Formats: sequence, C-alpha cells, structure tokens
Amino acid sequence: MAIIRVEHLTHHYSPGTPFEKTAIDDVSLEIEEGELVGVIGHTGSGKSTLIQHLNGLLKSDSGKVYINNTDIFESKETLQKIRFQVGLVFQYPEYQLFEETVYKDIAFGPTNMGLNPLQIREAVERAVSAVEIPSSMLEKSPFELSGGQKRRVAIAGVIAMNPRVLILDEPTAGLDPKGRDTILALIQKYHQQEHNTVLLVSHSMEDVAKYATKVLVMNRSRLYAYEDVDSIFTRAAEIEKIGLSVPQITKVFHQLAELGYPVNSNTYRVQEASEQLLRLLKKKGEQEC
Amino acid sequence: MLKDISIGQFFPGKSIVHRLDPRIKILLVFGFIITLFIVRNLVSFGLIILFLAVTIFTAKIPVKTVLKSLKPILPLILFTAILNIFFIDGHVLFRWGWIRITEDGIRLAVLMVIRIVCLITGASLLTYTTSPIALTDAIERLLSPLKKIHFPVHEMAMMMTIALRFIPTLIEETDKIMSAQKARGADLETGGLMKRAKALVPILIPLFVSAFRRAEELALAMECRCYRGGEGRTRMKQLKLTASDWVIAVFVTAFYIVGILMNLWIPALF
Amino acid sequence: MNKLIQFKQVSFEYNHESEEEEPVAVLHDITLSIEEGDFVAVLGHNGSGKSTLAKHINAILQPTEGVVWVDGIDTSKEELIFEIRQQVGMVFQNPDNQLVATVVEEDVAFALENLGVESTEIRERVDASLQQVGMYEFREHSPHQLSGGQKQRVAIAGVLAMQPKCIVLDEPTAMLDPQGRREVLKTLLSLNREKGTTVVFITHFMDEAVQANRVVVVDGGQIIADDTPKAVFSDVEQLKKVGLDVPQVTELAYELRKAGIDFPNGILSVEECVAELQKALGG
Repeated sequence: MAIIRVEHLTHHYSPGTPFEKTAIDDVSLEIEEGELVGVIGHTGSGKSTLIQHLNGLLKSDSGKVYINNTDIFESKETLQKIRFQVGLVFQYPEYQLFEETVYKDIAFGPTNMGLNPLQIREAVERAVSAVEIPSSMLEKSPFELSGGQKRRVAIAGVIAMNPRVLILDEPTAGLDPKGRDTILALIQKYHQQEHNTVLLVSHSMEDVAKYATKVLVMNRSRLYAYEDVDSIFTRAAEIEKIGLSVPQITKVFHQLAELGYPVNSNTYRVQEASEQLLRLLKKKGEQEC
Repeated sequence: MLKDISIGQFFPGKSIVHRLDPRIKILLVFGFIITLFIVRNLVSFGLIILFLAVTIFTAKIPVKTVLKSLKPILPLILFTAILNIFFIDGHVLFRWGWIRITEDGIRLAVLMVIRIVCLITGASLLTYTTSPIALTDAIERLLSPLKKIHFPVHEMAMMMTIALRFIPTLIEETDKIMSAQKARGADLETGGLMKRAKALVPILIPLFVSAFRRAEELALAMECRCYRGGEGRTRMKQLKLTASDWVIAVFVTAFYIVGILMNLWIPALF
Repeated sequence: MNKLIQFKQVSFEYNHESEEEEPVAVLHDITLSIEEGDFVAVLGHNGSGKSTLAKHINAILQPTEGVVWVDGIDTSKEELIFEIRQQVGMVFQNPDNQLVATVVEEDVAFALENLGVESTEIRERVDASLQQVGMYEFREHSPHQLSGGQKQRVAIAGVLAMQPKCIVLDEPTAMLDPQGRREVLKTLLSLNREKGTTVVFITHFMDEAVQANRVVVVDGGQIIADDTPKAVFSDVEQLKKVGLDVPQVTELAYELRKAGIDFPNGILSVEECVAELQKALGG
C-alpha cells in the first residue's frame, strides 16, 4: 500500500510578484510503506519544498498529498494529526533544542500529541534507545552535549512521536565521517526495526547507494526519477549529465563495461565491486593455467 | 510569512536623488519634517506634495511601492482622523445623538492626515534611495563631533551595520525554527495570550542560543581580520561633498523656507 | 624553499574553570613545518585537535609549550599579532557568521579599513581580490542574496585583500552543497597555483584532500601521518581506525590487495583505477 501519494503537486514561491519561482512543478509520486528512500537533487531542485509538503508545513497551489489515503489539507484537525504521522527532521536539527533537559526536549513532541505521562515516558525511552543515547544523559542540559550527541537527541525528538513516515533533511550535514556513519547506521537500524517509511535527503550518492532501497531524484522542480537503487545506476551517464555525481565505483564499472569487460555496470558498493573483480581475476587465472 | 517584512528597503539606482550625499539627504529629511510641522496652509502642503511627487518621479520609485509603505500605518491614519473629526470642539456641522462632527475637527483631521502621510513618504524616500551602509556611514560622520564627549560613535555605527547584516539571516532562521517546532506539533496559532506567549519559548530560546553563537564566531572572524575598534580606521568609500550636493541642499532649504513663510500670508487650515 | 610556518614541539591545553578538573590536553608535542607555496590538507575527526592546530597559525591561540613561528615571527609576541594576522588569513566553517558588512565589496574592504590602508588602494585591492575568487560581478550584492559557496568565496576575498602569504581554512566546505564545495576548492587551487599562496585546508572530505600536495592527519592531538596524498591514503587501515574515509577506489584497491591480488596501493582517481584494472584483467 502506498503510504505517501502525491498527485500533480505544484508550488510557487512569492506568487504574483516579479520574484515568482516554481519550486515544484507537477510532481506525482507513490511511495510504498516500508521503503528507505534516498532523496537527491541540487540545491534549489525542489527537494526541500517537496518534503515540506509531505507533513503540511507548506501548502501546495495545486495538487494533492495523501498520507495513508487521507488528504492532508482536508481540515485543520487532519493537518495537526498528519504532523505526528509524518515526522520531519530539519537540517542541523540540534539548533532547535530548547528545553532544560534532554528528557524534556525529547518529550516536547509526545506532549504536544496529548499523551499521558506514562505514554510520554515510554515514547521518550523508545526514542532514546533508537538513537543510542545513554539514559544517564537524560537529565543533562542538551546544550552540554557534543555536536553529534545533540543531533541524535534532536532526531530522537521526532522519533519519539512514533511517526509512520520519518523524513530527514541532510541529517549528516557538517558531521565528520565517523559521525556521519553513526547517524546513517542508526537510521538504517531504526528503519529495519520499525518497518516504517524513511525519506533521507542527501547530497551524497554514495551514502544513498549504501543505505537506501529507493532513490528519488529531483531536478529543476520536477521529479526526475524514482526507482530502485539496484537499477538507478544503469542511468549513471544521464545522472551525471544533470550534474549529480555517481559513486566512484559506478564510474569505474561503467568504464570497464565500455571497454568490453563482462562486468555489471550497475555496481555501486565496494564490496560487490571487489567480489566481481575477484571472480573475473580468478577466471582469468584459470584460463591462463 | 516573515520574509515579507522589508525594513528600510533599498531600491538601487543612479538618479540624482540616489547620488545625493547621504549626510545632506539625512539633514534635508530632518528639515522636511520640521517644515511639515510648522506649515499649516493648503498652498504650502500642495507645494510639499508636489516636491515629494517630483522626488519620487526622479528617483524612479514605483508609486505602488510608496503606497504600500503607507499601508501598515493606515490604522494610525484612520485613528488620528476619527479622533480629530469627532472630538474637536468648534462649529458643529452635523449632529446625531451624541455624535457630532465639527468643521474644526475636519480641518484638523485633514491637516494631521496630510502630515502623517507626507512624513512617512519623506522618510521612506530616504531609505528607498540610500543604501543602509551609506546611511550608517552618514550617521557615523554626522555624529562624529560627539566623539569629543566620548560618545561611542564608531561602535554605534558598527553595531548598526552588523544588525542590518544579520536581520535577514535571523528572520530566515526564525522561519526555520518555527517550521521545525511546528513539525514537532507546536501550536503557535491558537489559544489565549498566556498560551501563545508560552508557545514562543521553543522558538526564542533556540534563536537566542544561535544569535550568541553567531556573535561569538563573528567576533573571532573580525579579530582575524585585524579589527581593533575605530582608532586608525580608514574607509574605502569616502564621502565627499560635490558642488551639486551643495546646490541641491541650498535649493531645497530655500524651498522649505518659502513654504514656511507662506504661513504668514495664506490663512491657516487650522 | 622557505619555511613559512613552523611548529616546534607545540603542546596546548585548555584550562578548565574549576580547579579540580585536569586541564584537557588538545595538542601534544607537534612539530611541523609548512613551506611557502604548499597546499596542505589537514584531516582528522572532530575533536582530534585539527582546529586547535589551525588557530595556532594566526595567533588566536598560543601554545602552552613550544613555539610557533609564522614568517619568522614568534606568535606569542602580542605586539606583533596584527603582523601575523596579515600574513595568515583565516576562513571559518559557517559562511553566514564571518561576513560583517551588508554589501559584498564593503565586506572585502573590512580588513584593509581596519589596517588603515588608504582609500584608493583599498579600492584596487578589493577589486583584484574579488576578481581572483570570481565574485567581482557580485560586488554590490548583499551577502544574504548569495549561495553558501559564493559567501565562502567572498570570505576568501576578504582575507586575500590583506595580501597574506598563507590562508588557513577551517572546514570551509563542511556546510556547503557539492556545487559550493567545488567552487571553493577550485578557487583555492587556482590561488595556490597562480599566485603561489600557501593554503592550509582543513576538511572531512577525502575527495578534496586528494587534491592537495600534502596531507597531514591529526588524531588525539598528534600528527600521525604527513606525506603526499598517495602515500597517506595507501594506509587504508590506519585512516579507518582514526575514523576517516578513504575514496571508494582506494578502498577497492585495498580490498583487492587484501584478497591477495597484486595491485598497486594508493590509487586516488577513477582513471588510475580503471587503468590498473585493465592491466590486471588483461585485454
């Protein structure tokens, strides 16, 4: 079943002024429940605008957004409910922390949902374990934590609402490689445990290739592609043409395929690449013997 | 939503109004305001409106923009007008129950409305045609005699520049924080005064924290670029008064004086 | 070649406000010299001490032990601090928090105004700096109209105007999108090659580090590697151990070697990788 359904969605910024700009143009899309979707595109391609429609922070000029078959702009009440079903983690989410303690900050969302204290505690504990924050940290001020910890607390604040769809806008921006790997691994683990839908906005094709099941490419306000990670890189040349980078491994394998070697040009992970090459080298060794 | 606010909007241009020395411009706007409050006859007001119209036309500022700048103060204008029309004693023109309208009331209302409209238009013409940086620069120089009494003129100008530089950044940031907290279910739009005030906490705290962080980083960046206060500082753009600046200043001042003197011969509106 | 920056047995510790806590050592016994015209990439995870190292180069921090010389000046000499800062320009991570003025060209002029340079000369140097970073046509824009990459280029122009011998950049690309990162790197490479400006470039992105002519890896406040990119990236295991990335092709080469294939080490680019694979696989 499609958890997210977008139909002919169009959005203009500053309509009716000389600065009018089409941010998204006639986007239609269905995302199945349980996918981990990598969302990729240039700055200004419309990807941020698109994800802000999915929980109703922005309202479209035309077109519809359905979450779980409910039109999100149907009424004000639906909208408020949708906000809890579609959790949105913004870029640099650690800059939204405001409470005295980590616990209280994570509890902000569940409290707004109107849960009772027991449910709130449960929600916070689940979220905290999902992002692997030790419970000894709960009573600390969020401002005392390190950068990576702050970010995990901020993500926990959204996870605590137990959304069916979790959207993260560049959750690894500004982190070092270790911090980036930690966050992405946590998101993957969370996705596997909860079986819910996760949208991950990223600039890195390599990260998307490593973690996502589907890739959504936005280009010039339009939906350029939405397909399996396993097939998207057959279109590597096309993707490079619109100015997005593909993983180095994919480039290598495309070139090898062009040179006539029997390799799968849709390779994007180091592990698969080395396995394929080792097989080839072994074959070559056998022939020579 | 917040992005629509345009404080001291500036329309770049090369007109004679734009090129006029910002110090002269500020002083002339002051003169204009003083004139506005001394003048009380219709002919002078006609001249003043004509003067504004000519300036707007020369500066190529769209009339629509000027009218838009008046929109936020419309309630003030209406309030002043109503207050004057109904509550000034004098020759009664119309009476209905306790409501009465006097001739003096109408006269004063017209006078006040013209004054407010001209005042706002004149002052916004200054910001429309002068870049914020030229404006702060001019203020710094106009106030420089105050340095003698240890008034921190340079520091004040620096603060104004930094404030202007960071207003758009902070507005954008406020927008972002609001969206983020809304995504966590924060309700910013409903409820009584207390509830709304409380709902601002999740927005104001992150905003303050970020402003402090920005301030700290900016201070470091300024130090790295050898900033050490106003002492021994030079400027890239130096303000120099040209002959045409002087000519315009003299003409406009003369015009103000004529407008004021007309009070002596033409009967006052009030 | 002339040694522009020299660290001699530099250690640095932060003093805690409360006296019970031990001071936290951030740098340990660092000895390093950077030659004029070098393009040095500094790698290390957050908290490894690389930012602290950078801040020693323009005397924001002074060593607790040891000496840092910049162009022959000992950075602990307070009275010469502005000489040092003119020689070493500093660019920071957040593009929004280092521009002071409301107009691009005024911002680039800021340092020169502080130094009391005469106005016609400021004008010339501002224009030249803006041209070098390719931002001249944006000189009358306001910073908030620019993209992140453009803001960083303005920040670079702002230090270039001081005509420094060296520019130190503390993760200038961390907050940028790929487009912005490319712009900044291209600008730095052209400055280094055409003007001979020494560049010390702190980054997390390996694809940027491979473009330097020297890579310094910092971990736990110590320098654990200092060599050409090729040599440094050959040691995939060590880099991974200290929480750093290696380019995919380098990792592939490493995996192949691990599996017993005779494959060269330190492959950095796709082209190299394809060429080597061709050799290995045969025609």
